[in-house]
Amino acid sequence: MSTRPSYARLLPCLLVLSLLLPITALAASAGGSWEDPAGFLGRTLRFLSLRDPAVRFAVAGAALLGISCGLLGTFLVVRKLALVGDAVSHAVLPGVAAGFLWSQTKSPVAIFVGAVLAGLLGTLTVGWIRRTTRLKEDAALGLVLAGFYAVGICLVTMIQRLPTGNKSGIDKFLFGQAAAIGSGDLALMGVVTVLSILATTLAYKELLISSFDAAFARAIGLPVRLLHEALMLLLAFTIVSALQAVGVVLVSAMLITPAATAYLLTNRLHRMLILAAGLGLITGITGCFLSFLGNNLPTGPLIVVSATFLFGLAFLFSPQQGVVVRWARRRARRHRVARENTLKTLYHVLESRSFHGDDVSLGELAQRRRETLEDAAREAQALVRHRLARLHPDGQSLILTEAGRQRASELVRNHRLWELYLTHAADISADHVHEDAEKIEHVLGEEVVRKLELRLNYADTDPHGRRIPVPRAASRPNPEPGASRDPLPPAAP
Amino acid sequence: MTPAPPPAPPLEIHDLTVAYDRRPVLWGIDVVVPAGKLVGIIGPNGAGKSTLIKVCMGLVPPASGWVKLFGDPLERAHRRVGYVPQRESVDWDFPVNVMDVVLMGRYGKLGWFRRPRREDREAARASLDKVGMLPYANRQIANLSGGQQQRVFLARALAQDSDLYFMDEPFAGVDAATEAAIITLLHELRDRGKTILVVHHDLPTARNYFDLLMLINMRLVGFGPTDQMFTTELLQKTYGGRLTILSEVAEAVREKGYP
Repeated sequence: MSTRPSYARLLPCLLVLSLLLPITALAASAGGSWEDPAGFLGRTLRFLSLRDPAVRFAVAGAALLGISCGLLGTFLVVRKLALVGDAVSHAVLPGVAAGFLWSQTKSPVAIFVGAVLAGLLGTLTVGWIRRTTRLKEDAALGLVLAGFYAVGICLVTMIQRLPTGNKSGIDKFLFGQAAAIGSGDLALMGVVTVLSILATTLAYKELLISSFDAAFARAIGLPVRLLHEALMLLLAFTIVSALQAVGVVLVSAMLITPAATAYLLTNRLHRMLILAAGLGLITGITGCFLSFLGNNLPTGPLIVVSATFLFGLAFLFSPQQGVVVRWARRRARRHRVARENTLKTLYHVLESRSFHGDDVSLGELAQRRRETLEDAAREAQALVRHRLARLHPDGQSLILTEAGRQRASELVRNHRLWELYLTHAADISADHVHEDAEKIEHVLGEEVVRKLELRLNYADTDPHGRRIPVPRAASRPNPEPGASRDPLPPAAP
Repeated sequence: MTPAPPPAPPLEIHDLTVAYDRRPVLWGIDVVVPAGKLVGIIGPNGAGKSTLIKVCMGLVPPASGWVKLFGDPLERAHRRVGYVPQRESVDWDFPVNVMDVVLMGRYGKLGWFRRPRREDREAARASLDKVGMLPYANRQIANLSGGQQQRVFLARALAQDSDLYFMDEPFAGVDAATEAAIITLLHELRDRGKTILVVHHDLPTARNYFDLLMLINMRLVGFGPTDQMFTTELLQKTYGGRLTILSEVAEAVREKGYP
């Protein structure tokens, strides 16, 4: 494909996506302040002014998390490690509980150390199972994820039943509570985010090559294994710093969803990193906003819902891979082929009367194409809409415009050249080539036509003895961009 | 004036045995490859051809024996060695374009944390031009045909500007035009004094392509000038069924443990 996304095309995507979010904000707030627009506006203004310290902390935390998770998640997605994020986030729970038990308080340091250790133990166990048994990665991940998580739940429940100590908030690690983000948590998130940004910018080239082609990276002397472990350590840091805000269950969505959305929107890794971080940031803040509006709906799930909503939009409307976009492109191509077939028929009619007169009646068109008059009229309308033909004032016959005449003779030329080429160069008998030419005629570009003409010695009649037309201007733009601009000798797929 | 000592050979393999999962796949290989030769590594499926070059590049550890590149252990010779892995070994949906992939050939010389500079881009463009892929520089790699993907890998190796190249099946699944273009390029590299080892499994073309042949079937059957290797006896030894005992023993080693 010759069309490639540039920042110029990506930025509008991001803008549109982020503008769409407030609409969902309105919908989400329906329960509370919907009947009271002034209240809604008031709350919006209060959120935007960042007057409440709790809001300030939550927004800053969610924004930092969005960035670090977007960056790390990008590498998880392109390295096909998306499930690893899920496994690590579940595996940290026993570490959280152990850190709590050890320090007897909700000390961020103890919990951080315990959680990182548990997360790393989880990834090491996955690698160990995979290397020493015949089990594959997915089974190993499933085992570790569920096993560690179960232990974690048991420990958390035990802690809650302990008679002593300050145990409040330990259950918040399951689903998170952004409103309870403290300055210690925020500092941790800040450090982790700075680390993520430094790692992905400084070691971008090393991470790129070890992700794309690990064998080549090792062959040029890079410590690929070490890079992987460093990435896993950073992943554990990120996940642990995110626990307070979104909890162990939803962290993996923070990692994967913005990165997966970015993957649908671009073809270059550095753009994917920027996009994923940007999407993480936007959805993080949006989640906080929705939570603030929606009468204390939990922030973590709302962040994930916003991110998933944006993914849905990208899935449907991504310029390259969007389902709707591809459907529309296919439909446009189908319609173009239909129009071109009509044009060709008009040419045939004109040719059959040796090009005497310009107009072809709808009746002639219908008869040639073996269809009803209604169909012929519809096809005529399509040509008129695209300025390939105009209707005679009486409404009953068509006259080709200059562009229409041009395209029609190109199509007939393509068809006949291709038939001639198949019979000459590929030794296919003359009565077998028509079907193939019916399809090829729509995709041949001028460059290939030049080659065909040269190859066929500028022959002027096709295998059935009909004239090959010579369109006047051969330099009109290619109808299907990139379809056949091939400066190399065609390489077989 | 005392004569300088002769330069160390690009590749020296001594008594090399390799095992996967304790099961030996290569036994006691001894080879010295001279400089400026195009060498074909030939043998049946599962003979250990790819494994041999992977050991040379440090991607697979040897069970015993050693490999020296230009007289040095691999760790000190990385920058003089280029690699073309098998095309299927990477994910072609990866978000990079052709230029990004070719630039990777410069990473080894750049070293840690340094970004590709203008001269690296120039080198990458020149390599792309050599394989006829310059017009595709900005194309996403997913939109390439098999032959084009192989050309991109070759361009990346050219950008490495190495003295010794290992290529794993560069002719697998490519069209005739690409195959011809690649072999011309390899001959050109050889003529500039580079040493190239190519894993290949088409016997008839091997005769015209390579200066030296390395016949392999879990051990080194023969190594020498191509016409001397094309004897019924040697080919029979390489492809024939005489090695069943060796693979049986390999199986036994796997079951009972390598001593």
